[in-house]
Amino acid sequence: MQRVPVLKLGDVLIVSIQIDLEDQSVLALQEDLADAVVDHGARGVIIDITAVEIVDSFIGRMLATIAGMCRMLDAQTVVVGMRPAVAITLVELGLSLGGVRTALNLEKGVALLDHIRSATP
Amino acid sequence: MTGEREVVITSSADVVAVRQLVRSVAIEVGLSLVDQTKIVTAASELARNALVYAGGGDVRILVVENGHRRGLKLIVTDDGPGIPDLELALTDGWTTGNGLGLGLSGSRRLVDEFDLLSGPGKGTTVTVTKWAR
Ligand SMILES: Nc1ncnc2c1ncn2[C@@H]1O[C@H](COP(=O)(O)OP(=O)(O)OP(=O)(O)O)[C@@H](O)[C@H]1O
Ligand SMILES: [Mg+2]
Repeated sequence: MQRVPVLKLGDVLIVSIQIDLEDQSVLALQEDLADAVVDHGARGVIIDITAVEIVDSFIGRMLATIAGMCRMLDAQTVVVGMRPAVAITLVELGLSLGGVRTALNLEKGVALLDHIRSATP
Repeated sequence: MTGEREVVITSSADVVAVRQLVRSVAIEVGLSLVDQTKIVTAASELARNALVYAGGGDVRILVVENGHRRGLKLIVTDDGPGIPDLELALTDGWTTGNGLGLGLSGSRRLVDEFDLLSGPGKGTTVTVTKWAR
C-alpha cells in the first residue's frame, strides 16, 4: 500500500494526492492526518486533488470525514483542484459534499483559510 | 481493439487495476473525458461492492458496437450472498454496510444501460454500458 505524505507549512498541513488511491491508502491518510493535526496543532488542512482522476463514494466519504474530524480538532479543511469532470460525476453519483469547503486551486485555498481564520479568531 | 479484458478482484489494489483498465478502454472507444470519468467511477463502485459484500469477484471489460456507435460494457460478477431486495438496494442511501448507499443507485445514473441480476444465494451480476456520443 502506498501512503500519501502530509506536509507542514506553518500551522497548515498540505496533502497533495498524487497516486491512484486504493481504499487502504484512504484509511491510512485519515489516520495520519488526525495525528498530524494534533501533533502540530495545525489550524488548517489543504487537500489538493488536482491529480485525482476520479472521486467515488469511498473517496468522497473520506473527504467529508476528514473535514468533520479536523473541525472537531479545531482545524479547517479546504479541498482544492477538483477537476470539472470529477465535479460533474460526483453530483450525478449523488454526493454533494455539503460540509466540505472547496477552492479552485492551492492559492485560492490558502486565501480561503486566511479568510476563515480572520473571521473566527 | 475488440476482445475482452478481465480483472479478478481479490483486494483493493485490484479495484485500482479495474479503474485503470476501464480508463484505457474508455479512451480507446472514444468516450469524452466526462463520460470516461463516469464509467470509471461506476466501475470503481461495482468492483468495490463485489470485494466488500462477496469477498471478491470478477470484472470483464468489452468493446461493443451498435451501428456506427461504439461503447464500453462492464460485467461485474461475484458468487457472494446476493441481494434479497433489488428495489431496495437501488434506493439512494440504502446500505447494509457503513457506506453511503450510493454505489448501485449512483452507478445507474452514471451509465446509459444498467442491469442488476441477483438473488439470495445466487451471487450478483451487474452489467453496465456507456456509449460514445
Ligand atoms: N455484490 C453485492 N453482493 C451482495 N450485496 C450487495 C452487493 N452490492 C451491493 N449489495 C448490497 O446493496 C447495498 C447497497 O449497495 P451500494 O453500493 O448502493 O451502497 P453501499 O456499498 O452500502 O455504500 P457505498 O457504495 O455508497 O459506499 C449494500 O449495502 C449491500 O447490502
Ligand atoms: Mg457500494
